[in-house]
Amino acid sequence: MGFFTDTSICIGCKACEVACKEWNAVPEDGLSLTGMSYDNTVGLGASTWRHVAFVEQPVQPGDGVRWLMSSDVCKHCTEAACLDVCPTGALFRTEFGTVVVQDDVCNGCGYCVPACPFGVIARREEDGQAHKCTLCYDRLGAGLEPACAKACPTQSIQFGPLDELRERARLRVEDLHAAGQDQARLYLDDPADGIGGGGAFFLLLDEPEVYGLPPDPVVTTRDLPGMWKHVAIAAAGLAGAGVAVALGKRR
Amino acid sequence: MTARRRAGRPEVVPDVEFSSYYGRPVIKEPVWQAPDVAGYLFFGGLAGASSVLAASSRLSGHRELARVAKVGALGAISLSAAALVHDLGRPARFTSMLRVFKPSSPMSVGSWLLAGYGPVAGAAAVSEVTGILPAAGTAATLGAGLLGPAVATYTAALICDTAVPAWHAGYREMPYVFAGSAASAAGGLGLLATPPGAAEPARRLAVLGAGVELVAKRQLIKRLANPGPVSLSEPYETGRPGAVLRVGEALTACGLAGALLGRRSRALSALSGAALLAASALTRFGIFEAGMASARDPKYTIVPQRQPGPQPSPQDGRL
Repeated sequence: MGFFTDTSICIGCKACEVACKEWNAVPEDGLSLTGMSYDNTVGLGASTWRHVAFVEQPVQPGDGVRWLMSSDVCKHCTEAACLDVCPTGALFRTEFGTVVVQDDVCNGCGYCVPACPFGVIARREEDGQAHKCTLCYDRLGAGLEPACAKACPTQSIQFGPLDELRERARLRVEDLHAAGQDQARLYLDDPADGIGGGGAFFLLLDEPEVYGLPPDPVVTTRDLPGMWKHVAIAAAGLAGAGVAVALGKRR
Repeated sequence: MTARRRAGRPEVVPDVEFSSYYGRPVIKEPVWQAPDVAGYLFFGGLAGASSVLAASSRLSGHRELARVAKVGALGAISLSAAALVHDLGRPARFTSMLRVFKPSSPMSVGSWLLAGYGPVAGAAAVSEVTGILPAAGTAATLGAGLLGPAVATYTAALICDTAVPAWHAGYREMPYVFAGSAASAAGGLGLLATPPGAAEPARRLAVLGAGVELVAKRQLIKRLANPGPVSLSEPYETGRPGAVLRVGEALTACGLAGALLGRRSRALSALSGAALLAASALTRFGIFEAGMASARDPKYTIVPQRQPGPQPSPQDGRL
């Protein structure tokens, strides 16, 4: 199960942000004006599990701006770096295919934070633990859809089985292309991509980085076998150096 | 509005123009604090390589040096473990680290490594100082010597197995930098704390380690240097991390020269030992800070993903 966020019909109402905070009892994390268009949320974090991005793109002189609005969320990667590197097993994959932190296990080591290629998961100052979107694990268990999808008034956030969502998303891109929106493209919908496909994927109207998303994210643990190989060679070299300095003749 | 940035580079390469969201970073900067985690990298390396030195001095009959190395290893691993626990968001839950064993998590592997190595290195030092159970002490010395190289080098995988651009991209060289830096520090401690006549294995380890550290660090920066618009070698060469690494490199070179020339001088040996210890710490802090700098600037995340490979085509107008 997962999310398809169709940003072409997002109206920037932030109902998803509010619904997420309310349902999950996520604490307040700052109320200030940023000057970044209507975005005063800034980005995902330990206490922000939905974030609506606002981009104002100047078009022809005199024609004003093109608005891009997009509700960002944890991608629930099929190959999830946060889960791979978590040393305590606090991060786990649920029966719904989503990635969730167990609050009673996490010891706040912070390893998941720089492992995430999207900068989603973060450590909360107040309790020292890592937090992120659970894809409303409790609501899914009760047969409900996640709070953000429920609250979205335009169905920009859609919840359901990933294969159905992908099919729907492809048709939507075809419609948009036919309507002349040739910049429309899907992001993280491909199971062959660097994260094995997102459990949350998106329809975007510009390059991913315009929305603050990495253009070609790759799960860091894909290179881990190579890292261990070089660590093993270096360790063997250090052990060998120990033997060598012992064998050298005494002066 | 989309933030567009131009990075000033010589005109031989096209200016980089890339989009970002108001110039904000794509990934989250590590929450690790410099004194804790960079200190952890340094002390872990010092401890692991000191145990190697202790075992090899024990075998070659350098008892005084073995004593220094064993006590040094215990002290360093204690500081290292304290730094690690202090950096946890929930220090009281540090035992959660031993709930599971996950080869996919270098921190999990490291926790188990430390859980095995710490008591063995401790036993070796305690037996050495108190003189009790000498046979067990020798066994512990050799055991710690076998685990030490892993303790000194796994931290390279720890930092490289992240989305931090400058660390991840350097994973092929980082273990050798760390091994060299650890050997150089342990040799340096031996030179500092034992008279020259009794410190020969430490001198050899210091020279070998310092040489590897210098070469591997240069190699890392050279491989990351990219003629394209954004080079991941920049965080290692510019700003404060660049300055820290350059001072470290100079100190390593001085320590190396002093170790080679100071065979008969206690003062010169001790001075070069101190220089090598300081250089090793600076290397770890510089690498740590370089990673942080690369995480903060979205260009290091976005542009390499747009332009994979070391030799970008100048015709590629997508940037």
